[in-house]
Amino acid sequence: MKHIKTLNTRNLQNSVKDGGCGECQTSCQSACKTSCTVGNQTCEHAAK
Amino acid sequence: MIHLYKNNGYNICLDVNSGSVHVIDDLTYDVLQGMDQGKSDDQIQEELSGRYDTADISEAISECDMLKRQGMLFSEDSYRGAIEHFSERPTVVKALCLQIAHDCNLACRYCFADEGEYHGKRGLMSYEVGRKALDFLIRNSGNRHNLEVDFFGGEPTMNWQVVKDLVAYGRSREKECNKKFRFTLTTNGVLVNDEIMDFCDREMGNVVMSVDGRKSVHDYMRPFRGGKGSYDLVIPKFREWAERRHQDKYYVRGTFTHYNLDFAADVLSLADLGFKQISMEPVVAPPTEDYAIREEDIPKICEQYDILAKEMIRRAKEGRGFNFFHFMIDLSGGPCVYKRLSGCGSGGEYLAVSPWGELYPCHQFDGNPEFILGNVDAGITRPDLVQEFKKVNVYSKPECTSCFSRFYCSGGCAANSYNFTGGINDVYRIGCELQRKRVECALMIKAALADDEGNTEMKIDGTNG
Repeated sequence: MKHIKTLNTRNLQNSVKDGGCGECQTSCQSACKTSCTVGNQTCEHAAK
Repeated sequence: MIHLYKNNGYNICLDVNSGSVHVIDDLTYDVLQGMDQGKSDDQIQEELSGRYDTADISEAISECDMLKRQGMLFSEDSYRGAIEHFSERPTVVKALCLQIAHDCNLACRYCFADEGEYHGKRGLMSYEVGRKALDFLIRNSGNRHNLEVDFFGGEPTMNWQVVKDLVAYGRSREKECNKKFRFTLTTNGVLVNDEIMDFCDREMGNVVMSVDGRKSVHDYMRPFRGGKGSYDLVIPKFREWAERRHQDKYYVRGTFTHYNLDFAADVLSLADLGFKQISMEPVVAPPTEDYAIREEDIPKICEQYDILAKEMIRRAKEGRGFNFFHFMIDLSGGPCVYKRLSGCGSGGEYLAVSPWGELYPCHQFDGNPEFILGNVDAGITRPDLVQEFKKVNVYSKPECTSCFSRFYCSGGCAANSYNFTGGINDVYRIGCELQRKRVECALMIKAALADDEGNTEMKIDGTNG
């Protein structure tokens, strides 16, 4: 495409089908403790 | 729903519901603005024809149409039903924050643990209480394999033997229970020594080292009880520890307040010391505190995030980049939509345990008797409260339904909501503003580090991957 460059992203709608295993890290156990920072957590399922 | 914005010379379009991120030229930016306002292709053509070539406008419109057909632009929010179904699943517990020490050897001014005093209730967790907490976790974790336990406080190294004994106990039960414990520790560094570093490097999946940045800032906010600063004592240890951990699986984590709104300098000061994993969070405090972040501070803080983002790109391109926790977004391997909608799991899959074995929804509720959910002996005794926390998600907060950032913060922190509005199912407005700015910066960084060919992306720590 000439006008649009799309970054490589996981389509959230597809994750409705293959998500929800619950094995991922709890966000407050990483470094936040005072906010809710979820978008940067890594999917354990996809990492396998 | 789309979110269009310009930052650092980039035009960016986030398609909120699919999570797609598009870097677009000026023409497409204007086209998408028209589309977002519900204008027809003909209207857009007419309005833009004085500024752009007609054939180019048609081309941009057709590229947008193609992305719409592919579900990457103006995609529908089809998750509401899924999250309701998801919320009805039986509750399992997968993470505990152990308040291993309600005591501290520092007297940080902003401490939500009341400078380690815990509202007059000091104490150390006994091994027996900790063991019961781990048993409670195993018992209530269903088929979850990975269990997380954070040693928190106060200062957990003030109860170090119990930390070590609990790690040993957890490990001893892993095989028979088919579980894997991931232990983490948050420390101010005062008591850290070789033995503690060695142990943590063997056993802890992550270590959070509390440091606020520049010496003047750190020493003002993180003094000993006598008033002396702690910077000179902890920084050399933290630098050594970060190297021992190969600059991975740790964070130096700071808090900025109204007194250091120029916090980009604090982050960069830590980067200049060689730290590669850095987190710096706005203090969460009631407006009555002199150091609290106020509404009028928001523009200055947003400006600082811009300064930081630009500097991070520059350093990454020079091969000396670093990670900033709040700008980290995993676009290709990030969490599924269930995680994004249901948030941190406080009060359900994530609980805090007091030194006396009381269960709280999270560490920030610790000490508030209204929020005691049960204890390590009896388990959950307030299922009604657990249900209340379970209902907290993006769709239960009207403000979130029109916010582009909802899949990155999951509706925000229930404790922040409670502290500022009196209810767990509301939003903390200042936090929301800052969250939106951080998402914009994080996506801009991704755009800037994507190379011209569009097939590889430079990581923020300076490597290609």
